[in-house]
Amino acid sequence: MPETAVTALWYRRLVLALLLAPALLWLFALIILPHLDLALLSFRERVAPRQYVVSLAQYRTFFGEPLYWHVFVRTALLSALATALTLLVAFPIAWIIAKLARGRMSALLFVVCLIPFWVSETVRTLGWMILLRESGVLPALLVHLGITRQPVELLYHDATILVGLVYTSLLFMVVPLVGSLESLDNALIEAAYDLGGKGWSILREIVIPHAAPGITAGCIVVFMLTLGNYLTPTLLGGKNSQWFTEQIYTQFITRFNWEQGAAFGFLLLALSTAMVWLGLKISGQRFSDVMRRA
Amino acid sequence: MAATGATPDLQVRSLSKRFATHLAVDALSFSVARGSFFSILGPSGCGKTTLLRMIAGFIQPDGGDIAIGGRDLAQVAPNRRPVNMVFQHLALFPMMSVAQNVAFGLARRGVGRAERLRRAEAMLERVGLAGAGGKRTDELSGGQRQRVAIARSLVLEPTLLLLDEPLGALDLKLREHMKVELKQLQSAFGTTFVYITHDQSEALVLSDHVGVMNHGRFEQLGTPQELYYSPATSFVADFVGANNRLAGKALSVAGSLVELDTSGGWVVRARGHGAIAAGAAVEAFIRPEAAMLGRTPAELPAGQTVHSGEVISVLFDGANSVVLLRESRSRLQLRIALPQTGAYSDLQVGAPICFSFDPERAICFPARAAHA
Amino acid sequence: MIPTLPRPAWLRAATVLYVAAFLTFLFLPLAVVAVFAFNDAPYPAPPWHGFTLDWFLGNDAAGRVGLFRDDELLGSIWTSCVVAAWVTGLSVALGTANAFLMERARFPGKGALSMLMLIPLVIPGVILGISILAFASRLAELCGDLFGIEADFLRPGLPLVVLGQFSYIAAIATLTISARLKRFDRTLEDAALNLGASAPAVLWTITLPYLRPALIGSAAIAFLMSFENFNTTLMLVGGDSPLTIMMYGRMREGATPVLNAVSLFLMLASAAIALTLVRGGRRAES
Repeated sequence: MPETAVTALWYRRLVLALLLAPALLWLFALIILPHLDLALLSFRERVAPRQYVVSLAQYRTFFGEPLYWHVFVRTALLSALATALTLLVAFPIAWIIAKLARGRMSALLFVVCLIPFWVSETVRTLGWMILLRESGVLPALLVHLGITRQPVELLYHDATILVGLVYTSLLFMVVPLVGSLESLDNALIEAAYDLGGKGWSILREIVIPHAAPGITAGCIVVFMLTLGNYLTPTLLGGKNSQWFTEQIYTQFITRFNWEQGAAFGFLLLALSTAMVWLGLKISGQRFSDVMRRA
Repeated sequence: MAATGATPDLQVRSLSKRFATHLAVDALSFSVARGSFFSILGPSGCGKTTLLRMIAGFIQPDGGDIAIGGRDLAQVAPNRRPVNMVFQHLALFPMMSVAQNVAFGLARRGVGRAERLRRAEAMLERVGLAGAGGKRTDELSGGQRQRVAIARSLVLEPTLLLLDEPLGALDLKLREHMKVELKQLQSAFGTTFVYITHDQSEALVLSDHVGVMNHGRFEQLGTPQELYYSPATSFVADFVGANNRLAGKALSVAGSLVELDTSGGWVVRARGHGAIAAGAAVEAFIRPEAAMLGRTPAELPAGQTVHSGEVISVLFDGANSVVLLRESRSRLQLRIALPQTGAYSDLQVGAPICFSFDPERAICFPARAAHA
Repeated sequence: MIPTLPRPAWLRAATVLYVAAFLTFLFLPLAVVAVFAFNDAPYPAPPWHGFTLDWFLGNDAAGRVGLFRDDELLGSIWTSCVVAAWVTGLSVALGTANAFLMERARFPGKGALSMLMLIPLVIPGVILGISILAFASRLAELCGDLFGIEADFLRPGLPLVVLGQFSYIAAIATLTISARLKRFDRTLEDAALNLGASAPAVLWTITLPYLRPALIGSAAIAFLMSFENFNTTLMLVGGDSPLTIMMYGRMREGATPVLNAVSLFLMLASAAIALTLVRGGRRAES
């Protein structure tokens, strides 16, 4: 027996090593080391060709140049606004799917809500451009209806960016919301109603506390994706988009100033991480649970 | 036990297994005769599942050895043992059809596709599931699933079939039905069955021999009749069948009979078992059907001590009806079987009642240690 | 609020209106994309000039290059498919290994590792892209300096695009496959062993077939996410552009309805994948 036991132990260790190796390779080679390298990159300054010193110059530039931090704050605020709007738009439809519609109807509605998100974001954005640009469908419709005389340019406004972001983010809000609302027992609502609750008070006292985990999960994911979005703001906002990811792209790809771009990247990552952390703190949830839910 | 002549199918010698501080199986030895139905009966946590999993090879014993058909199994991996198992929740493979489930083991042995399907179909027919081979496992009823699980094992013609409380998940009515069916299947196939259960009625009905297990050891090994009528320990008396337990102190020992004083000064006599000295703490057991009821002492058999009490309630359950009464002096509750004649159907709560029993049919043990 | 409670008529009407408005919002952009793929005009804009298939079939002679004659677009679709195939294969393989690692193995630091595996999901795609770009360039330089080897695959290009997408899609595959493995009843494996199966046979005949729906599901999701990825790809792309990058470039220039045509093609392909996924999921529920 001891002999087989030793063989079994070695066999188990071998299997563990074989399983652990790819996981560690993935996490270290593609996530941890690149980000450490990015951090190092952001803390250096080029003083002469191929000569670098450790410095905070990149971060100093960010805070010293109003354009950069204005864009940063603007991106954060618009992302927060987009997240709130997404929640407002998604909540009623999630409620209808989870509580009002029954059986097949509910399943059908849910699938219908998911369909657009199987299509590439590029395609969806193309759709909005065709709809909103000056020569597009909606301006023509407005003229046809006599609301405006001339076709108006509906692209390149902040509101356009918001519409695009809300549209792109809906799925990531609807799915966790439906999940958490479905788990709410109808009897609780009936009981609250029976005890004299009105629509609004039931929503505040029963529904929202129950759905809080889903709401948090949805908000965290939507905020994160919005903050890191590039396609929608640049295409729908055009030159006026002033989205922070665009600054990163400019530094990295256009100007080839990787040190500056790395610093910007880290600032965006810090903001994103802070918001995720804050969301978890406020709702008192664990990171792993939220990610599984989303 | 009854290992007559030929090599027993299963031989277990001083088998032990310890989990951290807990001794799950404690130097256990027993053997099971070829073709018999052997049950291991015990409360949950008594070590019976550990024992079964050691026989199947899923758990390595700390000491002792297991031999099946005379062959020692210490170095044999679970997938090479001549032992098959019916799992507690059956563990039918949901991704396969019924026939594929039954043919699974044959496929692993390299039996050709046509041949194994033919044998699976033949086996299904033998367990009364002819033509069900193409169904999915979740299309079957509980009893049918049970039969598939057994067929899947028996098609491999194992020396030994282990059954891990396979009736536990079924509802009461089906359980009664499957008991009968299991027994018929076992006698039809003649395979040796080792069956574990916590249900004493299953063990009594099904088995040729039963090992009553507690704290990793066998309290008693014997036929169902032996367990019921002559329990070897107070644990067995308590666990197997319904019983009235009376704790007290031995007053005197006369021959095989012990006179004991229960807590309230009520004195009864019972057949002593084991070393009992006057003054020792003891416990006596009287089966509900061992006592006779009477409205007056005159109705009871002559020569038996008459005890009296009052009716607390009548629990009507057909043939298993009992009266719950309170003995007058000790205020102890006893349950006594109602005769099938219906003579006591008009008993009122609070009515006075007499009862007596043959001291030879009551049994008295030294009191159990505190942990029991 | 819920069907069992009385709802005033205005609320019912509002609900229906809301659903209608919501669905319009959802499908209007897709509908116009589809419709203008058939408009007989050089730009995807109203008014309607009549039906044409030029944007699918047209060739240079007509002055309109249709999707099936546009080598650049077709090439980028192929590029996207190749990238997606690599990402899918790698992600599902790693996801399966990770699922067994996290659900079956015991080792110190497991909690930390499971946390670490979720990290890629909360890093914005652009940053994943630049970090891998910078790190790969540094490695390439190192290779050049130390060994004098020109490590081209570490320069922006398809290998880096595959690695960049794989870095976070693998996390999604891990989550999906782990969730299913967690629900697996391990007595099925005991039962198979008991019926004489060897350890590899148990894996092949019991465990992997049980995981199949999750494997197919995560493969479909991985393929789709890779095909549609933009943020990470944008940072890592070299000479050969995958479809999303190609479309983005053309959209900025103000493109012809050939983009609508390719979009319609994408919609149909996505729908096909989604449909197989829904079907597979339904069968797996049994």
